Amino acid sequence: MADETELTMRSAVNLALAEALAADDAVILLGEDVADPAGGIVGATRGLSTRFGADRVRDTPISETAIAGAAIGAALGGLRPVAEIMIMDFIGICLDQIANHAAKLRYMSGGRTPVPITIRTAVFAGTGGGATHSQSLEAWLTHVPGLKVVVPSTPRDAKGLLTSCIFDDDPCVFVESVRLFGAKGPVPADAFSIPIGSAEVKRPGSDVTVVAHGPAVPDALAAAEQLAGEGVSAEVVDLRSLVPLDLETVLASAARTRRMVIAHAATTFAGPGAELAATVSHELFGQLAAPVERVGAPFVPIPASPALERSVLPGPGEIVAAVRRVTGW
Amino acid sequence: MPDDAVSGQPRELLVALLTTMTRIMVADQRIRDGIARGELLASYWPCAGQEAVAAGVGAALAPTDWMVTTYRGLHDQLAKGVPLEPILAEMAGRATGCCGGKGGTMHVTDPEHGLMLSTGIVGAGIPVAVGLALAARTRGEDRVVTVSFGDGAVNTGAFHEGVNLAAVWELPVVLVCQNNGYGEMTPIEHVQRVTRVSDRVAGYGIPGVTVDGNDPLAVHAAAAEAVARARAGGGPTLVECVTYRLWGHYFGDPMAYIPPEQLEAARANHPVTSFRARLVAAGVLDEAAADAVDAEAAAEVEGAWRGAMEAAAASPGSALTDVYAGA
Repeated sequence: MADETELTMRSAVNLALAEALAADDAVILLGEDVADPAGGIVGATRGLSTRFGADRVRDTPISETAIAGAAIGAALGGLRPVAEIMIMDFIGICLDQIANHAAKLRYMSGGRTPVPITIRTAVFAGTGGGATHSQSLEAWLTHVPGLKVVVPSTPRDAKGLLTSCIFDDDPCVFVESVRLFGAKGPVPADAFSIPIGSAEVKRPGSDVTVVAHGPAVPDALAAAEQLAGEGVSAEVVDLRSLVPLDLETVLASAARTRRMVIAHAATTFAGPGAELAATVSHELFGQLAAPVERVGAPFVPIPASPALERSVLPGPGEIVAAVRRVTGW
Repeated sequence: MPDDAVSGQPRELLVALLTTMTRIMVADQRIRDGIARGELLASYWPCAGQEAVAAGVGAALAPTDWMVTTYRGLHDQLAKGVPLEPILAEMAGRATGCCGGKGGTMHVTDPEHGLMLSTGIVGAGIPVAVGLALAARTRGEDRVVTVSFGDGAVNTGAFHEGVNLAAVWELPVVLVCQNNGYGEMTPIEHVQRVTRVSDRVAGYGIPGVTVDGNDPLAVHAAAAEAVARARAGGGPTLVECVTYRLWGHYFGDPMAYIPPEQLEAARANHPVTSFRARLVAAGVLDEAAADAVDAEAAAEVEGAWRGAMEAAAASPGSALTDVYAGA
C-alpha cells in the first residue's frame, strides 16, 4: 500500500478538486462563496481560487438556476465544470436544470451533447438548521434517468469518488454530509480514483447485512460494534453510489447472511432504501430468513430544536433495533 | 420613395435574407400541411411570422458561433445552417433524425452546425447559453452565443439569473427576445407592466434595444452590433424583436384569445412577402429572380420532406441507449 495521510473529508474534497484543476484545464469550479477568502461555506474550496485564479474558481451570485445552467452550458462547450450547490435543500431551485437538462441532453440529442458536470452539494442534517436546511434529498435525484448519484462516507472515498465524478462523461451529483466533514481518515498520498458504482464492504460479518450510505455508514459501523458485543456479526456494506447501484455486492452479501437492514438519513417513505428493499426481496425471495428492514427518518420535515432533530434522525440505536428485529426471526 | 434601408445594403445580404426567410416560411407551411393531412404525427409550434428575426440574427453569426433556441425553433435552426432533412426526420421520429428520433420537434440539437440546445422549458436555455459563452471564453475560442426566447420567458427566474450572470461575467452572449405578443395563450400586457422587454435589462447594466422584428434589416443591424460587441469583449446585449405569431402557440391552437382583426392584419402584412416586395420594388431582384427564390425553396423543402418521410423509423431498441456514456 502506498503512503497514506490522515485527512478530514473537507481536506479530501479540497485535495480532489485541487488535483483535478491541476490535471486538466477544462476543470472549473463555480458556486456561491467558493472563491477565497471565503473558500466555500464549509471550507471545501479554500485556497483554490488563490492557487488557480478567479477565472477557474468562480464566485457566483446567489442564483442556483444560473449556477447549474451555466455549468451545463460550459460542459456542452467542452469544459468539466464542478458546481457547488451550497446546501442540498437548494437543489429544488435548480432542479429543472439538473433533471430536465443535465440528465437528458445526452439522451435527447441521440448522444451528441454529453453533459460532464459534477454538482457538489452538502446535507446539513444534524446542525439544527431546521426544515429548509437539513434534508437528505438523494431520492429525488435517483429517480431521474441520466444522473449519477454518489454519496461518500469516508475521506478516502470522497477523494477517490469525486475524482471519478469530475472526469466522468455523465452528470454526477456528489452528495457530501456536513456531519462527516470533520472526521479524519486515511487517504492515499498519491492520486487515485474509485470507480462509481462499486459498493464496499466496510466491515465483514455473517449474521446480517446492513446496507448504508453517507452518514448512516459510521452509524452502521457503530451499531455493528455494539452488536458484536451481543454475539451478532453484522456485515456493513457502503453503497457509495445510488446510481449506478452495485446490486451485485449487496445481493452477494444478503444471500450469504440471509438478513438485511437498509439504513439512511433520508425519509424512509419512498426513500432510497425502498428501491433496494424491493429488489432484494424480489431477487432473494425464499432465501431470506426475515423481511428486509428499513431505517430512516420518519415522514416529517426535519425540526430545528436539537432535541427534536435528534429524535427524528436515525442513529446507531435504530440500526441495532432493526437488526434485532431481523435476527429475531 | 427610395428604400434607403435596402439600398444601403450589399445585394448578397439582401438575397440571403430573403432566401432564408422563404425557406423558413415554406418549411413551416409544409410541416403544418403535413400534420393537417395526417402525413406527420407530431406536435408542432409554428414559427410563421417570425422568419425575419431568425434570418436577421442568423446572418450576423459565424458558422462557429453557438446557438440556443426553444421548442419554437425551426426558423432559428434553419437560419443557423442546420440542414432541413434531419430536422424533419427528427420531427417524424426517424432514425435519420438529427437526434435519432429521441428529441422530437421540441428538442432539436445539431452541434456540428452550432445548434447546441433547443429546450422545451420556457426560459431554461438562457443560463445554458451563459455557460456556453463561459466555455468559449475560458478556452480562448472566438465564439459568440445567441439564445432565443419568447416574451413569456422574461418572467422566469432563469431569465433574470442568466442575464445577470452573463452581465457580471461580461460574457459573449446575445439575448434575442422574439416578442411575438403572447406567452402561450396570454397577451404580454397581462403579464408585464413595462411596454418594452428591452427596458427590463437596464437593471442588469447591459444594453437592450427594441427593433421591428418583422424587418430583417432592422434585426440584422441590431444583431450584428450586439454580436460585434460580444466578440470584442463588450459583454451581453438584449435585442428585442417585436414580431407576431401567426399560428398560435401550437399548431391546432384555436386561437380564441386572439382578436380576429389583429390576426388578419398580421397575416396581410407577412414579413416574408413584405420583404420580397421591398426587394423587388427597390430593384434588387426582378419578379423572375424572386420567383426563382420561391421555387428553389419549394424544391428544397419538398425534397427534404420526401427524404425524411421515406426514412426508416427509429428502431425501438435505440430507446434504451444514450442514457449514459457508453451505454
